[in-house]
Amino acid sequence: MSTVPSPAAGSPATFAVNDFSLQVATANGSGSQTANNVLLRSIFRMGVPVSGKNLFPSNIQGLPTWFTIRASRHGYIGRKRELDVLVLMNPETATEDTLGAAPGTSVVYEKKLSVEKLREDLRLFPVPFSELAAKLPLPPDQAKLRRLLVNMIYVGVLSDLMEIDPAEIEASIRRQLGGKAKAIDLNLAAMRLGAEHAASAFPQKLPHRVERMDATAGKLIIDGNSASALGCLFGGATVCTWYPITPSSSLCETFIDLCAEHRVDPGTGRATAAIVQAEDEIASIGMVLGAGWAGARAFTATSGPGISLMSELIGYGYYTEIPAVIFDVQRVGPSTGLPTRTMQGDVLICHTNSHGDGKHPVLFPASPEECFSMAQEAFDLAERLQTPVFVLTDLDLGMNNWMADPFPYPAAPFDRGKVLDADGVERLKGTWGRYKDVDGDGIPWRTLPGTDHPKAAYFTRGSGHNEAAGYTEKAQDYVRNVERLARKLETARALLPKPATEDRPGATAGLLAFGTSHYGTTEGRDLLERQHGLPLDYLRLRALPLGPEARAWIDRHEVVYVVEQNRDAQLAALLRDELPAHATRIVSVLQYDGLPLDATTVVDGVLSHRGRTGGAR
Amino acid sequence: MSATLPAAPKTNRIGLAKADYEGAKSTLCLGCGHDVITKQIVTAFFELGIEPRRVAKFSGIGCSSKTPAYFLNRAWGVNAVHGRMPSVATGALLANPELVGIGVSGDGDTASIGVGQFVHLVRRNIPLVYVVENNGVYGLTKGQFSATADVGSTLKGGGANDLVPIDICGLAIELGCGFVARSFSGDMKQLQSILQAAITHRGTSVIDVISPCVTFNDHEGSTKSYKYAKDHEEPLHDIGFVPYFDDTVAEVPPGEVRDVPFPDGSVVRFHSVGRDYDPTDKDQVLATLHRSRTAKEFLTGILYLEPEKPSFARLLNTVEEPLTTLGEERLRPSREALAAILEAYR
Repeated sequence: MSTVPSPAAGSPATFAVNDFSLQVATANGSGSQTANNVLLRSIFRMGVPVSGKNLFPSNIQGLPTWFTIRASRHGYIGRKRELDVLVLMNPETATEDTLGAAPGTSVVYEKKLSVEKLREDLRLFPVPFSELAAKLPLPPDQAKLRRLLVNMIYVGVLSDLMEIDPAEIEASIRRQLGGKAKAIDLNLAAMRLGAEHAASAFPQKLPHRVERMDATAGKLIIDGNSASALGCLFGGATVCTWYPITPSSSLCETFIDLCAEHRVDPGTGRATAAIVQAEDEIASIGMVLGAGWAGARAFTATSGPGISLMSELIGYGYYTEIPAVIFDVQRVGPSTGLPTRTMQGDVLICHTNSHGDGKHPVLFPASPEECFSMAQEAFDLAERLQTPVFVLTDLDLGMNNWMADPFPYPAAPFDRGKVLDADGVERLKGTWGRYKDVDGDGIPWRTLPGTDHPKAAYFTRGSGHNEAAGYTEKAQDYVRNVERLARKLETARALLPKPATEDRPGATAGLLAFGTSHYGTTEGRDLLERQHGLPLDYLRLRALPLGPEARAWIDRHEVVYVVEQNRDAQLAALLRDELPAHATRIVSVLQYDGLPLDATTVVDGVLSHRGRTGGAR
Repeated sequence: MSATLPAAPKTNRIGLAKADYEGAKSTLCLGCGHDVITKQIVTAFFELGIEPRRVAKFSGIGCSSKTPAYFLNRAWGVNAVHGRMPSVATGALLANPELVGIGVSGDGDTASIGVGQFVHLVRRNIPLVYVVENNGVYGLTKGQFSATADVGSTLKGGGANDLVPIDICGLAIELGCGFVARSFSGDMKQLQSILQAAITHRGTSVIDVISPCVTFNDHEGSTKSYKYAKDHEEPLHDIGFVPYFDDTVAEVPPGEVRDVPFPDGSVVRFHSVGRDYDPTDKDQVLATLHRSRTAKEFLTGILYLEPEKPSFARLLNTVEEPLTTLGEERLRPSREALAAILEAYR
């Protein structure tokens, strides 16, 4: 079942109350993050569904950064292409941002930027931010602090213009700044300064307002990487290896923080997890495989360039059948690409990774809840299937803030898979073979190093091996082995997370998406039904290889729109390969500009196909 | 019927025979130096009385990396991919610190494709006996130069090496390795003592063994041939190894003796052979090594020894027992802990 919030159907498309997209343009390193998070949390505390997306450069200081807040009383928390409110603080981008705004957009800006000279069809709110900041009670040598506090002034301005409850802003500032009393006082003063200025300067407020509702009670605000790290903690990971790379680093860094508190052996004060910052991604995966071979639950987190580097060893893990969990928090490729933008571009490289034959289980979480649950499932699957398992998220899910329901405490014990102990080896009286399929599911039994039986040991090799793990170059041994591996993948189909589906009466076509494409796809689906009278079924794929449910669903639709965030329609290619008889009914809807998928792309993509084909249902 | 029973095979301190430490039949060329090293590894584990099931064997790719299949059949083996044995061994030995790790690599596997991983393994001081079977050529791909070939050394088909060789021992010492030795597959007695000491050392021990390739690099003009190594070998000392369980007095020739104790009570006993050499004095070790390079000497022995260096697991402060044996009750925090963690995200 889906754990991703589904917005109520049939709601009006646009409304000024609790339905807007707000973007703040600043320079990175200017300290706007605190202010933006305060804004996000204040709206959340007013009970309005909200999401925050940080569009940042691959740089530490000085380059343009945009933070977008989407508030939606209907629960739509994907990116909205159309922006309703702009806050322009960055001289570098003010002109471009202004020229790109839709007519009627509300623009709050530093008065000195004089954007009123550029357009006449915008709703303009010039604010003398630097003059206001000069009024803050600070000694003259605190110029840097003064610059930081400017950000809290725009929070105050928006509080007045959009009716964001100052009490919630104050609570959010207090929470964000912890116990730092002096900093809290200064930030509150800056916020009030902005609010008071707006109250007197702008009698006409924004059409987009925040009104208290009750749709966020009990929910969390969390990023996907933190949720994945929590999943690893509760999933029993004992070895974590990593090489820093955006956008995955925070997953391992959060795991480190969690282990410092929750993986300290009470008796000895020593750690129950080994965490290694490796010299590169090749070493990361090598360590994971070594640890998995020894019997530990081991994982690494990386992004596309890391997967490219790891490929030889991932193939080794597949062929030698070593459990491993690999998080790929995708970013824009190829090559270095756009390292701080999002993409679903690693579907093929993960599912079919490494030279020679081989297909690998890939999980597609679409929410923090699923990052938490699928991280745990990944360890079970890796050990059950004795193979590397990928968890494919992306920058949008991994690094941005999402609303989530509190994660349920894991109900099931760990599944450690088919492991023979000394008694087990003894019972088999010498008939055990490391790569022998005794159960017909393609999964052999393994022993762990150290097992106290003279017949327990075996030799692991990436070269040709027979059922007894002996070296072989014989054609029939090779074929027998790789056909068993194919059988194992068939077994995997039934064990992987099932797709989430939602049907509409009368629909003969459907939308198929995975991961973060869920948000733009479901919003687009509602728009297609409401505004264009086109009902569509929906399937959210949660894993590869395809299971029987997804096959049957595709089978009963005349047209399947496969929505994904890459140019080459990677998932569609895999679906056509798996279901050649249905190849022509698969139609791609793609977005690959590095920005999270928006609903307009989905609506336009579907309508353009219907237009081309005469609008047939 | 015979009147006499066959003599019972000699057993070690845990009651195993030497045959219990043997492996599959070697498929390397007849006379390969690597096979000599394999035999010495079998003897070392047998003599030390280490349970084979506690041993994990690692290798990369190349002729040398085939050899873990030829010793200790009852031990666990990982023949990894080219140059990546160090990372795989690191993961395994962190996950289960009760394993006794031995890795066999070659000069290509270590000094070319794998030099990055080698460097970081040594930096981390992973408890692994790291044997480099060094012959100066790529044997399995038929005789190309490796990065340890000396300047001026020639290929079998002609052509001299122009590039400065990587000195594996010098590199390891610079990186802080606590056990660095160089030996020669033709010097079995020395190699045996070094291996026993290396297996006892609880950190990375690097043993660079010149092991001639009889097929591609044993000709006139090669500096890694049997003849060249025999003619140029200069042992720094005679080495005796006295394991902690051995209460017999080690046979020591007359002369100056230097004992270096290991934390477990074992002792490496150095007997000077004319040269005043202190393997625990890093400055002197490095100076000697630099001089020997200029003089084109082939120095063998335990070049550097620092038995007390903490291993990586100690620095990470992980629990004593294997991480692989920890169950849910020790790994999964409580329901209350989850609730408390989530509270911070509200």
